[in-house]
Amino acid sequence: MKGRWLIPTIYIILLMIPIYWLVNMSFKTNQEILSVLSPIPLNPTLDNYLVIFTDASWYSGYINSTIYVVMNMIISVSVALPAAYAFSRYRFLGDKHLFFWLLTNRMAPPAVFALPFFQLYSSVGLFDTHIAVALAHCLFNVPLAVWILEGFMSGVPKEIDETAYIDGYSFPKFFVKIFMPQIASGIGVAAFFCFMFSWVELLLARTLTSVNAKPIAATMTRTVSASGLDWGVLAAAGVLTIIPGALVIYFVRNYIAKGFALGRV
Amino acid sequence: MERKVNQKAWFLVLPVVLIVCFSALIPLMTVVNYAFQDTFGGNEFFWAGLVWFEDILNSSRFHDALWRQFLFSGLILLIEIPLGVVVALSMPRRGLGVPICLVLMALPLLIPWNVVGTIWQIFGRVDIGLLGWAVNSLGISYNYTTDPLSAWVTVVLMDVWHWTSLVVLLAYAGLRSIPEAYYQAARIDGASRWAVFRHIQLPKIRRVLVIAILLRFMDSFMIYTEPFVVTGGGPGSATSFLSVDLVKIAIGQFDLGRAAAMSIIYFLIILALSWVFYTVMTAKRRDDMEVGQ
Amino acid sequence: MARIELKNLAHSYLDRPRDEADYALKEMTHVWEDGGAYALLGPSGCGKTTLLNIISGLLVPTQGQVLFDGRDMTREPPEARNIAQVFQFPVIYDSMSVYDNLAFPLRNRKFQATEVDRRVREVAEMLDLTDRLKRRAENLTADMKQKISLGRGLVRPDVNAILFDEPLTVIDPHMKWLLRGQLKQLHKDFNHTMVYVTHDQTEALTFADKVVVMYEGEVVQIGTPEELFEKPAHTFVGYFIGSPGMNVLDCRLEGRQAWLGEHKLDLLAGHHVPAALGDKVQLGIRPEFVTVTRPEEGLPARLERVDDVGRYRIARLTLNDQAVAAILPEGSELPSDTAGVRFEPSHLHVYMDGHLSEGGA
Repeated sequence: MKGRWLIPTIYIILLMIPIYWLVNMSFKTNQEILSVLSPIPLNPTLDNYLVIFTDASWYSGYINSTIYVVMNMIISVSVALPAAYAFSRYRFLGDKHLFFWLLTNRMAPPAVFALPFFQLYSSVGLFDTHIAVALAHCLFNVPLAVWILEGFMSGVPKEIDETAYIDGYSFPKFFVKIFMPQIASGIGVAAFFCFMFSWVELLLARTLTSVNAKPIAATMTRTVSASGLDWGVLAAAGVLTIIPGALVIYFVRNYIAKGFALGRV
Repeated sequence: MERKVNQKAWFLVLPVVLIVCFSALIPLMTVVNYAFQDTFGGNEFFWAGLVWFEDILNSSRFHDALWRQFLFSGLILLIEIPLGVVVALSMPRRGLGVPICLVLMALPLLIPWNVVGTIWQIFGRVDIGLLGWAVNSLGISYNYTTDPLSAWVTVVLMDVWHWTSLVVLLAYAGLRSIPEAYYQAARIDGASRWAVFRHIQLPKIRRVLVIAILLRFMDSFMIYTEPFVVTGGGPGSATSFLSVDLVKIAIGQFDLGRAAAMSIIYFLIILALSWVFYTVMTAKRRDDMEVGQ
Repeated sequence: MARIELKNLAHSYLDRPRDEADYALKEMTHVWEDGGAYALLGPSGCGKTTLLNIISGLLVPTQGQVLFDGRDMTREPPEARNIAQVFQFPVIYDSMSVYDNLAFPLRNRKFQATEVDRRVREVAEMLDLTDRLKRRAENLTADMKQKISLGRGLVRPDVNAILFDEPLTVIDPHMKWLLRGQLKQLHKDFNHTMVYVTHDQTEALTFADKVVVMYEGEVVQIGTPEELFEKPAHTFVGYFIGSPGMNVLDCRLEGRQAWLGEHKLDLLAGHHVPAALGDKVQLGIRPEFVTVTRPEEGLPARLERVDDVGRYRIARLTLNDQAVAAILPEGSELPSDTAGVRFEPSHLHVYMDGHLSEGGA
């Protein structure tokens, strides 16, 4: 169809405008931001970025976020794998209820859990640790990972399992050597979604941390409130927090559509 | 797929159950605990029964927040689902355009939610934001910090900007799984563009659309961070959605009993609505049909 | 119903094809008669689906013309050609009933409701679908679904041709025979021009009056099943059709004598030997026309093994380092390790660079 590219193009342009404006502002001085509205910085400056990079809490913010996101990805996917296998292959007492119960956790508003989480993790001495945030994010990521993986696993014929047992594989060996490669793209999709939801979530991450495990996005708000309405620094901080996500999408770009199409999601 | 009965499968599920119990069940118990108790400070609690629940269910503040929440979720579903499907339908099916589209479209999904708020806080401002400035110079009065309607438009626009891509990605994946022969058969049958959509594409992406609608409904119903950053729930309480209101009560006023009762009601509403959505949309269709409809 | 003419047709999937190899379909000119049942036979990737899609209008050929009854259709879209096509995998509209599926092409063309109803019921009757008209199409078996996709083509009053693209791939073996029989019957009753793509020779030979054998983008022979058997126009046809396929032996020609190593064969007057020989000269003979003899009565050969395939036995021999298969007559005694072979001269063919060497060609 002619002109078919028009709709995605317009859509993408509209998506990019707010981001462009943020980037534009991050290279301006506060004086310029507040005086004139210009499509490009008139006096481009790197000062806003310098403010951030000279502040040590920024590196640690990046590192903290990365640590708990990776921890969460590993925990979520590794506990979800056997569970998804059980759901896709066996019937057992209460399986349907259990599956629905897991999914209801995906529906729990983080706002509801913020305060109880705070109390729970304080009482067991996990407050302000990376593992606390990683565990808290399991609340919504584990059900999602089970759901996605179950979809992929149901697509693998169970004759493969049977053949492997006949060939004398033990269950763990079969699972790691034969089954996991079959659903590699599913594991990828599940990991991507765990990354995504853990990386962007902030309410729980901020509630459960104060200094040592403070996430990057929370560091941003703090920097801003310390300097009042420092729009330039705020914009620069915003740009810096977009970059990791953009990098991740860039690296998995070819798998997104492929993985999506194969599984349940 | 035929599944064998095997009670030992519980061992495979056990890690998930333990971890979700730790991160869901224990906190939920705490919430339930608060909901039925009252305190005069310190650690002295006493049984309050259903007082908090009655209180919440009768308060106009809760009704208003609930109504706002429904309006918001309804609006964004009405905009995001059709828009997402239209964009997915017009996306290229092969070639260099595909990864470019996917990468750029997925970008908003991977921005931390408070940064999404910040982007729109800046973008919508009348003095320094492109949107606020442009709308006002068109002669339309717009200021999200003072005008409730502007605040609403900003929050809805922000959500559409943020989440429509998820619908696009899901719908696109669904469309990609339709074999080429379907389109060829439709051409031979002389089907119009609309008929192709109605009778081939829509039935085939039904499943992913159910997922998209469920995800968008649940997440929009739980929205907190983005509107909080942009409007703080204001002006007044014009954009105080359920989560925003809940946090105000729990942390702002430290009214734990009321907040907990509200949490439970809130959670039950989401649960019930998701169940209804899911049942309606995946209902087994009858095999016999009216002829010649 | 129509006569289909292909004029200088060729197709490449590349924008700017440079040489022969870039073409998925090499230049061809053919006429397919009105009311004929044609099978396009060939291995995967030989261009048969490409050819089919050009006829149905899903592809516009790089060069050449497609004519229906003399009318140029090359650039007409599929919906204007009045053809029906049945695909490898059943294409049905899941959300509709069987009735609505059959009515779909008519409604798209704005037929009267009464006319739609009459035609749908007629086609349903024809295909044994009447009792399932109200059923949702989604839940039917694969063979039912294929019948529906066929029905969507038959329902139109002015069908020029019905095209089948390996339609029995997903059908259970016992249903295949049934469905193929029904197709044959339909062809007999209504005399539509039918084109049937397949890579299964049994399917092609039982279905078609004329088989079009394709190989690497070329039509190598069009003929009745007997012609393909008796006189393969290309070594590929000989090898692809028949079980086991034709024996093809490299040889040297000297005058009217063929040399297999140091063994000499006299050619008959009917064999054409061109003035300029090709780079590769070969003899072809079907295993049915090879007789195994005692060593002194034929060309000396070594017996490798005997395969028993049920109805008959196949002797595998080597003659001058080249494999030769021979079908042993029923009840004949097993030959010893050193044996002889004799070719029936009237069924011996000479091939130049793969093509049959024929007089006057």
